[in-house]
Amino acid sequence: MSVTREEVAKIASLARISMDEDALDHMVPELNNILAWVEQLGEVDTTSVEPMAAVIPLEQRLRDDVVDADPKTGGGRRDDILANAPVAEHGFFGVPKVIE
Amino acid sequence: MTDFTQMGLKAIRDGVAAGDFTAREVAEAHNDAVAAASELNAFIVATPDHALTAADRVDADRAAGKELGPMAGVPIGMKDLFATKGVQSTAASHILEGFVPPYESTVSQNLWDAGAGMLGKLNMDQFAMGSSNETSYFGNVKSPWRKNGSNAAMTPGGSSGGSSAAVAARLCPAATGTDTGGSIRQPAAVTGITGIKPTYGRCSRWGVVAFASSLDQAGPMARSVEDCAIMLGAMAGFDPKDSTSIDAPVPDWAGALDADLSGKTIGIPREYRMDGIAKEIDDSWEQGKAWLRDAGAKVVEVSLPHTKYALPAYYIIAPAEASSNLARYDGVRYGLRDLPEGSGLQDMYAATRAEGFGDEVKRRILIGTYVLSAGFYDAYYTQAQKVRALVQRDFTEAFAQVDAILAPTTPTAAFALGEMQDDPLAMYLNDVFAVPASLAGLPAMSVPATLTQDGLPLGLQIVGKPMDEQGVLNAGLAIEQRAGFTAQPGKWW
Repeated sequence: MSVTREEVAKIASLARISMDEDALDHMVPELNNILAWVEQLGEVDTTSVEPMAAVIPLEQRLRDDVVDADPKTGGGRRDDILANAPVAEHGFFGVPKVIE
Repeated sequence: MTDFTQMGLKAIRDGVAAGDFTAREVAEAHNDAVAAASELNAFIVATPDHALTAADRVDADRAAGKELGPMAGVPIGMKDLFATKGVQSTAASHILEGFVPPYESTVSQNLWDAGAGMLGKLNMDQFAMGSSNETSYFGNVKSPWRKNGSNAAMTPGGSSGGSSAAVAARLCPAATGTDTGGSIRQPAAVTGITGIKPTYGRCSRWGVVAFASSLDQAGPMARSVEDCAIMLGAMAGFDPKDSTSIDAPVPDWAGALDADLSGKTIGIPREYRMDGIAKEIDDSWEQGKAWLRDAGAKVVEVSLPHTKYALPAYYIIAPAEASSNLARYDGVRYGLRDLPEGSGLQDMYAATRAEGFGDEVKRRILIGTYVLSAGFYDAYYTQAQKVRALVQRDFTEAFAQVDAILAPTTPTAAFALGEMQDDPLAMYLNDVFAVPASLAGLPAMSVPATLTQDGLPLGLQIVGKPMDEQGVLNAGLAIEQRAGFTAQPGKWW
């Protein structure tokens, strides 16, 4: 399968990466080279093979139902969390206006 | 006067513990080496104060008669993929430039708790995507190695290329690396150092910038098998904050090292013998077999029939996971924001990501978005996960007959920077021998074997059973003892 210029533009839009005409010119043949190469996976007979879900068999753990069980992942760290935000106002992340 | 930069991790630790020298002297010598090596571009930021503070604490603890940790007095380099509290952590990307984590990754915290100090944050391929260290926003890392009679800048491998260059150039005795599809083993091999990726789940991924979560695994890079064993012991361990962390005790790998391979069987995968492979690679592989036989092992051929499909499966699975993981870089919570005049939220996302991600990262996000999109998901992603199951089954069947597998680490020695930049596919093929073990989550290490005619290092790779890091390290030690690899790059920087 190969992708057209329009399809790459669509994928880029889904991935929220703006691409100008020049960037698309480069990307389309590169993606098609890679897709043509991974195509060989179609040769493999995978009938009755389950897709891998976890590489090491693991049981899902539940943590204790305790507030702030681990202070590193618990709550009460608003200022830490906002410290790296490009725009933070009134204790919230700032974004451009989304509702007129 | 002792040249501390020539000493390995264990020699430094033992010397500090014995009082032969102080941790501060060691840290100062390495800080100087880092400062004098800017030409290599191995570090994104240097943190000499971190190294000195940690060293002073070790010296004070020793003076007070306190017990010292397994890494006490050892200054190390930290790959920039690890979040380090108060120190910029960028994954070598523009989008995270200026990001200063308010927390410490579990692996780096484990190392500081063991007494190590940090010389700086190491350059790498952007978001660990690359095999040559040419995708970093902060510029290429140059290998300290050069071809005989040439001044051309060579690749230190990737993605842990700052780590490999720094350890090979004696800027630090050891460094952290991460391996998603060969990013510890390939750079270790092409710079003549040792590196091990443990079983998936041994080292916590908490605080490690995510690339492909089902594959990412941290590990040590150093100049001997024993140094790697010590450092891996300090890095590994169960972490409830990582849902895929293995809840199992960390064995004393360093204490149990044993190069006697009597009674062990080593497998040679038939499918790794590829057409057109350089004779020097084949020769080093033959030499490796002879060394392991000499150590008492029986060497037999095994078959891993789906080897050929591992790399294409990886280049569906890893980009798919990356496209999802990297969705978090949106210009809202951290890092770069690009808000074109008068634009809204969606435009801000798209502009920020266009500006903040490099070409290779974009390529992989787009591939990942495509293979996960409606209508293509089964043909690409589900099929790749099925092939991944088959790759793992191949290993399981092989390990019914053998204790470990020996293969080359890379299909070639280091190439020149720029040589493969225009051909992403040719670059991907560099990891052809490394990726299968990653897909199967297996412990695997690279040990230096020899130099090519051109004077560049080649490595040999050992792949072991799940959780059998000991078997991998032991076979690595047997090779190390016989290879007698002492070459180091001549200092030109």
